[in-house]
Amino acid sequence: MATGPLLQAQGIVKRFGALTANDHVDLTVGRAEIHALLGENGAGKSTLVKILYGLLQPNEGRLIWDGASVTIPDPANARRLGIGMVFQHFSLFDALTVAENVALSLGPETPMATIEEQVAELSRAYGLPLEPRQEVWRLSVGERQRIEIVRALLQNPRLLILDEPTSVLTPQEADLLFATLDTIKAEGRSILYISHKLDEVRRLCDQATVLRGGKVVASADPRVETAASLASLMVGAAVADVRNAAHEVGEVRLEARALSLPAFHDHGVALADVALTVRAKEIVGIAGIAGNGQDELFAALSGENTTRADAILVDGHEVGSEGITARRRRGAAFLPEERLGHAAAPGFTLTDNALLSGHATNGFVTGSIIRNDRVANWVERVINTYDVRMSGTNPPAKSLSGGNLQKFVVGRELMREPGVVVVAQPTWGVDAQAAATIRQALVDLAARGAAVLVISQDLDELFEITDRLAVISEGRLSPAKPTRELTREQVGLLMGGVHGATS
Amino acid sequence: MRLVLERRADRPTWLVVASPLIAVALTLVAGAILFALLGKNPVAALTAYFIDPLSDGWALQELSVKATPLILIGVGLILCYLSNNWNIGAEGQLVMGAIFGGSVALATHGVPNGPWVLPVMLAAGALGGMLLALVPAILKTRFGANEILTSLMLVYVAELTLDYLVRGPWRDPKGFNFPQSVSFEPEATVPLLVGGGRAHIGFLIALVAVVVAAIVMARTLKGFEIRLVGEAPRAARFAGFDDRRTTWFVFAVSGALAGLAGILEVAGPMGQLQPTVSPGYGFTAIIVAFLGRLNPIGALIAGLFLALTFIGGENAQIMMRIPLDVTRVFQGLLLFFVLACDTFILYRLAVVRQETAA
Repeated sequence: MATGPLLQAQGIVKRFGALTANDHVDLTVGRAEIHALLGENGAGKSTLVKILYGLLQPNEGRLIWDGASVTIPDPANARRLGIGMVFQHFSLFDALTVAENVALSLGPETPMATIEEQVAELSRAYGLPLEPRQEVWRLSVGERQRIEIVRALLQNPRLLILDEPTSVLTPQEADLLFATLDTIKAEGRSILYISHKLDEVRRLCDQATVLRGGKVVASADPRVETAASLASLMVGAAVADVRNAAHEVGEVRLEARALSLPAFHDHGVALADVALTVRAKEIVGIAGIAGNGQDELFAALSGENTTRADAILVDGHEVGSEGITARRRRGAAFLPEERLGHAAAPGFTLTDNALLSGHATNGFVTGSIIRNDRVANWVERVINTYDVRMSGTNPPAKSLSGGNLQKFVVGRELMREPGVVVVAQPTWGVDAQAAATIRQALVDLAARGAAVLVISQDLDELFEITDRLAVISEGRLSPAKPTRELTREQVGLLMGGVHGATS
Repeated sequence: MRLVLERRADRPTWLVVASPLIAVALTLVAGAILFALLGKNPVAALTAYFIDPLSDGWALQELSVKATPLILIGVGLILCYLSNNWNIGAEGQLVMGAIFGGSVALATHGVPNGPWVLPVMLAAGALGGMLLALVPAILKTRFGANEILTSLMLVYVAELTLDYLVRGPWRDPKGFNFPQSVSFEPEATVPLLVGGGRAHIGFLIALVAVVVAAIVMARTLKGFEIRLVGEAPRAARFAGFDDRRTTWFVFAVSGALAGLAGILEVAGPMGQLQPTVSPGYGFTAIIVAFLGRLNPIGALIAGLFLALTFIGGENAQIMMRIPLDVTRVFQGLLLFFVLACDTFILYRLAVVRQETAA
């Protein structure tokens, strides 16, 4: 066996129309190495990884695998070479069991009993607790990810690619994953680890390649860099800290009292007796793994689902039985997690999308006639204030990039100067610059006297901007405590989410 | 190797406008082939269908008569389809409008009445269509029943109800046992536009409906709500619109317009209730809605065009002994080509080769 690097990518160029997603990218992954691929959204990480896994073909450049030049026309060939991949978004069937999902990737010849045995064996060997006969919909996100990892390991890969694996995990689940990755490395396999979480990269990885704007800007040893130095390599400038200093808070502006709501569907979670207050000038965070009642809580607070009148109060008014439009008229604003299809209609123009949430409060409608000029003025102000980049005038929402659409949606709500804001996942899938803009806008709004509630899975974000923090798990909300007095481990334990004795 | 439909990244505006025109052209080509297969001269047949009816005043009046129900119903269906509510039962709502409106005409027959009779008939007709249309709307919002099936099945309920009424309780006692009602009195008849002609004020009502619908859809919050519910129901709830109410609203409006079309038909060209009051206007109006690009002004143009196929069909039957059913074939072909052209605007056909081992 050759002793050089396992994989070399040399001078990879990939263009999409006028955009060069990868511009002469070089990457070298050694044997038994955990190699980090760092970069903001849009830096070209996904493109590079898709080329390595055969999902995309490069316009220029070459790949050298185990000392020999190769082309990888499709994922089947990548797997044959020994490259496995775990995607950020899982491809699992909820109604099937763990073993059945694994079987789907193996072909019909292997009997189910054998697969169950193999899954059990691998999960023991790599410290990936899994019950082969469990149905997938019962599992936490962390457990689902383990299925994907087991599925990749069954192919006996020599290089395992993981795309942002911890973005969906609790700290405890992440620790379990790191132990597994160390085991995999100890067997002589290599791992290409895509992330923008700097602490874990520094802890886990032997080498790091940093991409920015499609180019390699640095190769570094993450263990000798600081998180701040890696961040500035990624972003290209020192990242401003938006954290607000300790400050006085005002009267209660948003309150939930004994709020209960049935689950939306079979796999949803009912809210049980949720109590919560948010005061003026205060940002309160709600942490939790996805699917623990966040959707239900957002719907109840926003008025998309109504409830008992005295279950929710805005500025002292009982609004629980009012709809979302009435609550907006009371000065509340809402930002749902899904940008396309919930916060915005994908095929509608930006002006129509401004009308969507502002028709009752922004003077857009007189009588029942829409005042197009007023809506257009408003959109222009949002675009200028929040630096929304787009092509053409008034394009459909779906043509904007995720970060720019999120800036538009956030601007649309915050420009109204709401007194109460409930926002879910404000910076999900948004690049670091846009995320900083959005967080700053929320902090500034609170400083001007608004009550802000942030429902998020991103602990970094919550620790950065919130004054108090509560955790939602199985539809129950823990009491909110001052963020300063909490550690990540405490919050992680409350987040739970790992079923049974597996943690 | 297999064929797949790939979504197009961009959608050229000119194609969106050209699509219905291409569909009409393809329909004419397919029609010519059809006539040739039937042993008729395609040029003469197409002339009889589409040119002759436009060449005299009587036929132009007739065009407005046939276009009136198509436009009225088409405009209502546009509201339904834009909001993702698939009302397929406009034919039944038309018939129910004829029954409700006709009942007023019969109740006031032979007793002292006045000019109030016709407005009351029109209102009753609209009410009848609306009530029938609300049945699938409520079944959909309450039980999740598929409105395509329920609205379509109610067509037969309405048609058989009318059939029973004109053969039974409402039959004209002096009508030599023909299954039809008495002829409506002048107070219960729609005024004509031109003395001695056939065109009636229903066409003006249809034009008003087009203008009102165009303004509502383009400039009012209600129109925005209807489009938003169809485009992104979850975003519509976020906007504070209740999609159940939207469903009731569009079914109520389209049912009322279909009912109005029905009573205008019996109080106008027919002048009495008969077992069949429509040659399928309610179904043809579905084509009107799509050929008109789900736009009220478009429905006006499409309604006139499809009215032409009805008149042309009668003309071709008289002149060239082409079966009247060919009209239905024409209309079906047209809908087929409209939908096919739309598909190819949104998607392109691509050949995918099976993954091969390297």
